[in-house]
Amino acid sequence: MRFLIYVSDYIIPFVFFYIIGYALISKTNIYDEFIKGAKDGFNVVLDIMPTLIGLMVAIGILRASGSLDILSNLLKPITRILHFPSELVPVALVKMFSSSAATSLVLDIFKEHGPDSYLGRLVSIMSSSTETIFYTMAVYFMAAGVKKTRYTLFGCLLATLTGITASVILTNLVF
Amino acid sequence: MLNYLWGFMIVIGITVGVLRGDIAEVSNATINSSKEAVTLCLTMVGIMAMWTGIMQIAKKSGLVASLTRALGPVIRFLYPDIPKGHIVNEYIASNMIANILGLGWAATPMGLMAMKELKKLNNDSEIASCNMCTLLIVNIASLQLIPVNIIAYRSQYGSVNPAEILGAGLIATICSSFVGITFSVIARKRSFRRGQR
Repeated sequence: MRFLIYVSDYIIPFVFFYIIGYALISKTNIYDEFIKGAKDGFNVVLDIMPTLIGLMVAIGILRASGSLDILSNLLKPITRILHFPSELVPVALVKMFSSSAATSLVLDIFKEHGPDSYLGRLVSIMSSSTETIFYTMAVYFMAAGVKKTRYTLFGCLLATLTGITASVILTNLVF
Repeated sequence: MLNYLWGFMIVIGITVGVLRGDIAEVSNATINSSKEAVTLCLTMVGIMAMWTGIMQIAKKSGLVASLTRALGPVIRFLYPDIPKGHIVNEYIASNMIANILGLGWAATPMGLMAMKELKKLNNDSEIASCNMCTLLIVNIASLQLIPVNIIAYRSQYGSVNPAEILGAGLIATICSSFVGITFSVIARKRSFRRGQR
C-alpha cells in the first residue's frame, strides 16, 4: 500500500494543473482572480483566529497540568482491546461536538509526538475523514425547524465509525 | 456547547495542575499557547490564501459549475423523489462540491438553503424526510479531496512531507461515504415500504 504515498504527492499538483489548465482554455483572467481569491483566505483565517487562541490556551493548560496524560492512562485498558491509541480518544470524542476544539487537540498531538509519528499520521487521516456530528445536525435541523431527526444520528455515527476504523487500518498499511 | 467544554477544560486543567504541583508550567502554558496560536495562523494564512486563490479561479472559469452539473446523476440516485429541475438540486450539488473541494465555509450556507427547500417539499413537517437524513449523513461522511487545514497544521509542526497523508485520507473518506450512502439508501427503501417519506 506504499503507493498511496506516491499518489499523495500527485494530488495537489494535479488539482492545480487541472484548474489552471481548464481556466486557460476558457480564457479566464487567472492571475487577477487568484489575487482576489487569496484575499478571502485572510478573512477565513482571521475568522477562526480568536477561537483558535482560546482553545489552544485551554488545551495548553490541560497538557501542562498533566490532565491529558491522566485521561489517556485511564482509557488505556479499554482502548487496548479496541486496538485504538488512548491518546486519540479525546480527539475522536471532541470532534463530534466541536471542530475547533478537536483541532487544538490534534495540534497538541503534533506537538507531543510529531506530525510524522504513528499518532501524528493517524490523527491527520482521522481528522480528514470525520465531521462534527452533533454540531452539524443541530445547525442544519434548527435552520429548517425540524424536531424529529429519525435515523440521521445512527447513519452519521456509522459513517464516522467507518472513517475512524479505515484510518487505523490505512495508517498501519501505508506507513 | 463550547461554553461548558471550554470552561471545564480550563477549570479542570488548573485544578489538576495545583494538585500535582505543576502550576508554574500551567502558567507558562497560557502564555505560550496563545503566542503559538498566532504563529500557527500566520502559516495558515499562506496555505489558505493559496487555496482560496486557486478555488476562485476554479469558480470563475466555470469549472465548479460544470462539476456541479456533472453531479446530476449522483443527486438523482441519492434523492430519487426530488422533482427534476427543482432549485434544491442545485443547492445540494453546490454543497457537495464545496465539501469535496474543502471549502467548508462555503458548504454550510448551501446546505442550509437545501434543508429549507427540502422542508417545503416535505409539506413543512417537523419530522425529517428521508432526503434530509441523506443530506446530513452525506455531509458528515465528509468526502474530501484535500484537507487544506490538516496540511497547514502538519507543515507548521515540522512534517517532512505534509501532503503524504492525502491518499490514505481520501480512501478513508471514500470508505465512510460509501457506508453512509449505503445506509441512507437502505433506510430510505425501508421507510418507503412503511409508507413514510
